[in-house]
Amino acid sequence: MQAPAGTLYRGREGMWSWVAHRVTGVLIFFFLFAHVLDTALVRVSPDSYNRIMDTYKTPLVNLMEVGLVGAVLFHALNGIRVMLIDFWAKGTRYQKQMTYVVVAVLLLVMVPATYRMTAHTFAALFGSTT
Amino acid sequence: MTAVTETQQDRLVIEAPRTRKKRPSQSGRGTNFEMYAWIFMRMSGLLLVFLVLGHLSIMLLLDGGVQRINFGFVAGRWASPFWRTWDLMQLWLAQLHGTNGLRVIINDYAERDGTRFWLKMLLYTSSFLVLVLGTLVIFTFDPDLAG
Ligand code: HEM
Repeated sequence: MQAPAGTLYRGREGMWSWVAHRVTGVLIFFFLFAHVLDTALVRVSPDSYNRIMDTYKTPLVNLMEVGLVGAVLFHALNGIRVMLIDFWAKGTRYQKQMTYVVVAVLLLVMVPATYRMTAHTFAALFGSTT
Repeated sequence: MTAVTETQQDRLVIEAPRTRKKRPSQSGRGTNFEMYAWIFMRMSGLLLVFLVLGHLSIMLLLDGGVQRINFGFVAGRWASPFWRTWDLMQLWLAQLHGTNGLRVIINDYAERDGTRFWLKMLLYTSSFLVLVLGTLVIFTFDPDLAG
């Protein structure tokens, strides 16, 4: 079905990137809440801070960090796309192409980033102890 | 059946984008709060690109990533005013940006006046506490806690 003309946010790329922008924004906001609390433990004692940091190094949380980086990177890249739509004269005309650039850059960065972030976890789980 | 007067009719219509008005704000409270909020989302977003992506790269990608983070690592970083300033700006910009984002989302989905009001009170209270706590932690950090 064809979306009516001039509705950037109805259907297809424009709408879905808006949905994803909203979902990632909320996700990051709740993580920030937890993150300020866990960092506050540096004021309690080195030991309690180190213990919370140890949970960040476990395989499951490590995987969630990959998700967090992906969410932040999408939100940042799409945020730039939103600003280009607002301020660049040709922004609305290229909004669809810019969505594909956002997704392409996201994937291009996330592949090596995921490798780097999880290498230690994979080595600890499956690798030899070197 | 009541006749719809012209002024009532005006209210029912969503005006075309970029219609010129004296006051862009819908609230009628006589301020341009919504416009400043809109601009703030874009300016803070632009700064957060560098602050947050830099933060994530340093903490999770470079040099051993999350595995090397502990109390001593934090003490080393916060010995420098540069990183304390970085983290303070990041805290305030991200928290305010996120709070305004959630305010918009609550306005979008919470239809009952009471629900909307209390959700926003909860949001503002928790944001205030996060900002105070985070700021205090950065300013009062004590590396000698390690003994
Ligand atoms: C990394 C750089 C970031 C950029 C470039 C960015 C950009 C933006 C922009 C331009 C908007 C406004 C969208 C609109 O008015 O249509 C927005 C909304 C939002 N942002 Fe960010 N942002 C960033 C980081 C963050 C962070 C760290 C958080 C969480 C604390 C966050 C949470 C939100 C939320 C909750 C919204 C509202 C979404 C909505 O109304 O649908 N953003 N962002």
